[in-house]
Amino acid sequence: MSDTSILAAEVPAVGRPRSLAGDAWHDLRRSKVFWVALVLIVVILLMAAWPSLFTSADPRECVLSRQHKPAGGSAIFGYDFQGCDVYAKTVYGARYSIIVGVFATLIAGLIGAAFGLSAGFFGGWIDAVLSRFVDVMLGIPLLLGAIVLAKRLSSDPASNGVFAVTVTLGLLGWTTAARVMRSSVIAAKNQDYVAAARMLGAGNSRLLFRHILPNSMASFIVVLTILLGINIASEATLSFLGIGLKGDAISWGIAISEATGYVRVAAGPLIWPSLFLAATVLAFIMLGDAVRDAFDPKLR
Amino acid sequence: MFRYIVRRLLQMVLTFFGATFIVYALMFAVQDDPIQALVGERPITESQRAALTERYHLDDNFFAQYWYYMKGLLTGDFGTSMTNRKVSSMLADAWPVTMRLALLAIVIAATIAILAGVVSGIRRGSIFDNATLVITLIVLAMPIVVLAPLAQLVFGIKLGWFPATAGKNATLWQLLLPAGVLASLVVATELRVTRASVAENLRADYVRTARAKGLTGARVIGVHVLRNSLIPVITLIGVDLGALMSGAIVTEKVFNIPGVGFNLFRGIRTEDGPLVVGFVSVLVIVFLVVNLVVDLLYAALDPRIRYE
Amino acid sequence: MTPVTDIKAQMDVLPGLDPRAPLLHVDDLRVEFRTRDGVAKAVNGATFYLNAGETLAILGESGCGKSVTAQAVMGILDSPPGHVTGGRVLYRGVDLLKLGEKDRRKVRANRIAMIFQDALSALNPVYTVGFQLAELFRKHRGMSRASSKLRSIELLDQVRIPAAKDRINDYPHQFSGGMRQRVMIAMALALDPEVLIADEPTTALDVTVQAQIMGLLAELQHQRNMGLILITHDMGVVADVADRISVMYAGKIVEEAPVYDIYARPAHPYTKALLESIPRLDHKGRQLNVIRGLPPSLTDIPSGCSFHPRCGYAREICRGDQPPPSYQIAPHRIASCHFIREVLGV
Ligand SMILES: Nc1ncnc2c1ncn2[C@@H]1O[C@H](COP(=O)(O)OP(=O)(O)O)[C@@H](O)[C@H]1O
Ligand code: SF4
Ligand SMILES: [Mg+2]
Repeated sequence: MSDTSILAAEVPAVGRPRSLAGDAWHDLRRSKVFWVALVLIVVILLMAAWPSLFTSADPRECVLSRQHKPAGGSAIFGYDFQGCDVYAKTVYGARYSIIVGVFATLIAGLIGAAFGLSAGFFGGWIDAVLSRFVDVMLGIPLLLGAIVLAKRLSSDPASNGVFAVTVTLGLLGWTTAARVMRSSVIAAKNQDYVAAARMLGAGNSRLLFRHILPNSMASFIVVLTILLGINIASEATLSFLGIGLKGDAISWGIAISEATGYVRVAAGPLIWPSLFLAATVLAFIMLGDAVRDAFDPKLR
Repeated sequence: MFRYIVRRLLQMVLTFFGATFIVYALMFAVQDDPIQALVGERPITESQRAALTERYHLDDNFFAQYWYYMKGLLTGDFGTSMTNRKVSSMLADAWPVTMRLALLAIVIAATIAILAGVVSGIRRGSIFDNATLVITLIVLAMPIVVLAPLAQLVFGIKLGWFPATAGKNATLWQLLLPAGVLASLVVATELRVTRASVAENLRADYVRTARAKGLTGARVIGVHVLRNSLIPVITLIGVDLGALMSGAIVTEKVFNIPGVGFNLFRGIRTEDGPLVVGFVSVLVIVFLVVNLVVDLLYAALDPRIRYE
Repeated sequence: MTPVTDIKAQMDVLPGLDPRAPLLHVDDLRVEFRTRDGVAKAVNGATFYLNAGETLAILGESGCGKSVTAQAVMGILDSPPGHVTGGRVLYRGVDLLKLGEKDRRKVRANRIAMIFQDALSALNPVYTVGFQLAELFRKHRGMSRASSKLRSIELLDQVRIPAAKDRINDYPHQFSGGMRQRVMIAMALALDPEVLIADEPTTALDVTVQAQIMGLLAELQHQRNMGLILITHDMGVVADVADRISVMYAGKIVEEAPVYDIYARPAHPYTKALLESIPRLDHKGRQLNVIRGLPPSLTDIPSGCSFHPRCGYAREICRGDQPPPSYQIAPHRIASCHFIREVLGV
């Protein structure tokens, strides 16, 4: 019987599971969507930081005599109704889009994280109150709330509206982030290792920052990436309506709004900022989508 | 069911007061000069100023102001615009065309989303499914300010397939292009939810039972899977309405449709505070009511909630 | 209730049907699942037969391929990823695997029906049980709404659901676990099938309810002279009801015998180990004999006899050579092991 015991000791091999993050990165690297999004985002960020890399023309140098003149020289997209270089204006438009998008998303992320963490971590009546407040916020469609708030914040006619739009979008856009953070904190809290850490006497803040937060980050970052795209789109919409950026701020939304009045004469001033705006929003949403798919391959 | 309805109603009342309070507070609270905020940069006479002060009870404390505002909303008095028209009568003029536009958009979106979503959900990983995923991603990322003018330019002006603008008495045909633009705002999410929900339900045990019963594939999908899969899609329509309202402001402006959105756009542009407050309040209320109705519909569709 | 005419009425519909052929004969059935993580060989040459009026229990640890076998017989595998890669499923001489989808559909519920472990998830949550029962009569028999409703009430009566007339309009979640399983049984028996496959019908239920459901199944089977395949991982459940037992391991039948013989003298080391793992009153207080090791991974089934890593009788030969699939020990007794004599102790 001695050889049987040797045989019995052979436990069937169980494949060593890769870590979730490792798995996700492995999937991401092979995702075309991810790479396309990344390249687009790098180009847009460069454009926002150093527009002079892309054009030597001055977007504010507008000469009425060049009104709606077709493409020529460095003005590869032609001129708009004020005689501004459409290409230069479009390139310079990236800056405020990114600034508003990034800072509004940061504000929303901070509020959302604070709400979601407290609601998920403490539970009980704190959760109940905070969740009801989120319900109330969800009762106000984003753009309707933004119309009122942006108008309220930009009462100074001399401002270019950047501050007002950023704060508006930040204050109104955090609900999804809060909900996602709350549910992933609840999920993380119920995991065995967190319970174990708690039993070993880890304090609240240690539990939160060492154990729960890192595990809740993935889905939170995905939501923020997508929110960044949405915020950029919302900024353009508010600017289009005349309650976003204004004055001498260069914005894709304003450019589109101005161009709609002249589409029958010249389509270029409408098409180019539209394409840049759509590509920017698409890039961030694609990035979020790709990362989410990598972390959550359930539905493939 | 009864408990569910009561809970939803209570929640709705809370949301209603909370949301209107926030909107009102944003508009008037801690404003240095609320009157100037209402009228924007236009010059204003002393008598106008007095009228607005009385109208909005600006001499009273904030909660009293809110109380009067709510009383107005609940009794159908939404105020008077700077052009001296009753907001309620402007709304009455503007509703019909916006309703038709929104309904048409909802029908277009739901039809495409359900048909394509079901096929995608059944054939996961197929060429159709992958193409649909890419297209929904692009549509999802298209801001309305890009879609509406570009659609008008391409399909209305350059190709001439559809009328480029619609007027006050727009026909269904004239509304088709703007409705399509609006539909694209919500179609992508609806389609993705349909797909995910069909894919999930296909794996449910009851599908195996239905097949074991010797039913045809069409019946298994069309009767057993579909009914379950559509429940989450229908609840989306309530949330989608918020996107449709926002979208209607831009779309109606671009296609020159004198509906609610168009009026609101003009109100914003002419800095007509009373008009904007009135319209936004009514839209928020409509949004809340529709969401309540959708929640009740949800309960009616899902017997597990109905007989809770 | 005239099952005979039903069968006659459909006889000519199914090509090659021979009423004198054995009721059900599954021969060397093979099923695999092709997934991202590799190919899982869930069924690896399962062979068994079933006669009219007989109860065959298929017994094995969970994950050994019992449900997949049943689904392959019914033709309701999730495909993809599941594929039948070999073997035959002979019903009255007709190889079901060779039938077109339309003929195959006529076999389901009409001739071979199935009930599932978890009746709550196996019933559609958004339709009344009446709808789900009547659907069978309307789609297979072309009956009207009214008469199919009457038949459904009759059926619920037969499975002894109290106040069937009222409960027909209830939804699955409004029933208790036992009542729900009765609904499942009613549904399976609606079209008077000749074969009923019950996949762990009582696993999800309380012990007292388990006994009632098993009693009901046995009674209905007796009344109708059906062949019953009872799938379970619990040896305790089958002792009273089964005529024969097929023991399954890693997608193969490793032993098959009349129920008495299995309990008295198991011929396969796996069967023996299973028996020793049943808690027994007279051994109270003694340590339970649990089978050591884990069930094999189906993507990487051990060479030779797939039980060898866990087998107390294994020798070198078991690693390399598969035992013959059906070693005849006695009439109606087969086992698949190199060392049957040692196990039987002869
Ligand atoms: N839908 C499926 N997809 C992939 N693999 C499956 C599927 N169904 C079953 N399997 C595989 O078949 C094996 C046997 O499953 P099953 O027949 O359900 O076991 P049991 O004997 O407990 O009923 C499982 O371990 C699993 O690996
Ligand atoms: S063949 Fe060998 S390993 Fe397999 S059951 Fe028999 S003795 Fe055990
Ligand atoms: Mg099973």
